[in-house]
Amino acid sequence: MSARIGVVTFPGSLDDGDAARAVRVAGGEAVRLWHGDSDLHGVDAVVLPGGFSYGDYLRTGAIARFAPVMESIIDGARGGLPVLGICNGFQILCEAHLLPGALTRNSHLHFRNRDQWLRVDAASTAWTNSFEADQEILVPLKSGEGRYVADRATLDALAAENRIVATYLRGNPNGSERDIAGVTNEAGNVVGLMPHPEHAIEALTGPSLDGLGFFTSILKHLAGASA
Amino acid sequence: MARVVVDVMLKPEILDPQGQAVANALPRLGISDVSSVRIGRRIEIEFTGAADPERVREIADKLLANPVIEDFTIQEVAEDAVPAGEPS
Repeated sequence: MSARIGVVTFPGSLDDGDAARAVRVAGGEAVRLWHGDSDLHGVDAVVLPGGFSYGDYLRTGAIARFAPVMESIIDGARGGLPVLGICNGFQILCEAHLLPGALTRNSHLHFRNRDQWLRVDAASTAWTNSFEADQEILVPLKSGEGRYVADRATLDALAAENRIVATYLRGNPNGSERDIAGVTNEAGNVVGLMPHPEHAIEALTGPSLDGLGFFTSILKHLAGASA
Repeated sequence: MARVVVDVMLKPEILDPQGQAVANALPRLGISDVSSVRIGRRIEIEFTGAADPERVREIADKLLANPVIEDFTIQEVAEDAVPAGEPS
């Protein structure tokens, strides 16, 4: 039986459909989760998709973090449930304090929409084990509040503990500290990523197939965990 | 009924590109003696009864501000105080 990967829909989510499709293309079963339902329906992992949950009111991710589904995801993540937050999902994970730091307005104030080269720095997490360490990948980026910030001690700890999952290559698109595009928690089960791997899984619509690696990684991780 | 005002500001060490954009626009008004502008958010909360300072603090800390990047101050104002921005 294939692994069941939950994909949450908040009011204002945009990329839940693509995230669910990426799960299916990778060989998993996508289970749609609703923000108002605290039941995770027995999923093995969760994707928080991109978009503008609750219209980005107050701060990006600030209100989504209190959705009933998030209470279960926060409890689950603390117990080892793999969670991937993409773009707005990354913002929600930072607001929920499952990941350190915060995502703020791009330093140049412009929305950035482009295909972005990344280096996968940490190929050891539940969501990146299909990549080689330091592998360079190309996936779309589309965000106005993607500048990762944290205090120096946190940034030093992330670097020392190999918890910077991905960094921007060939130009920092938003002013992120240390070119950070994604980070993970201490246990490596929670990953936040600003660019969108779910848009780079098929030649027809994506700039590459590189994004699929995040979704095959979680299936590989879960297969290993159940074996 | 109690009215509480919470002011939320980015921490001093966090870059505020919106504030910088405003500062950069000021010379167009002929103003050249401004060295810094920072933008925050003012939130007015009305309670049906008295305001419990501890609960206001919790509201500010958990929702209104993100303590990772923002500081906040809390101020209880008189019931009949005129909200900022309205002509008296």
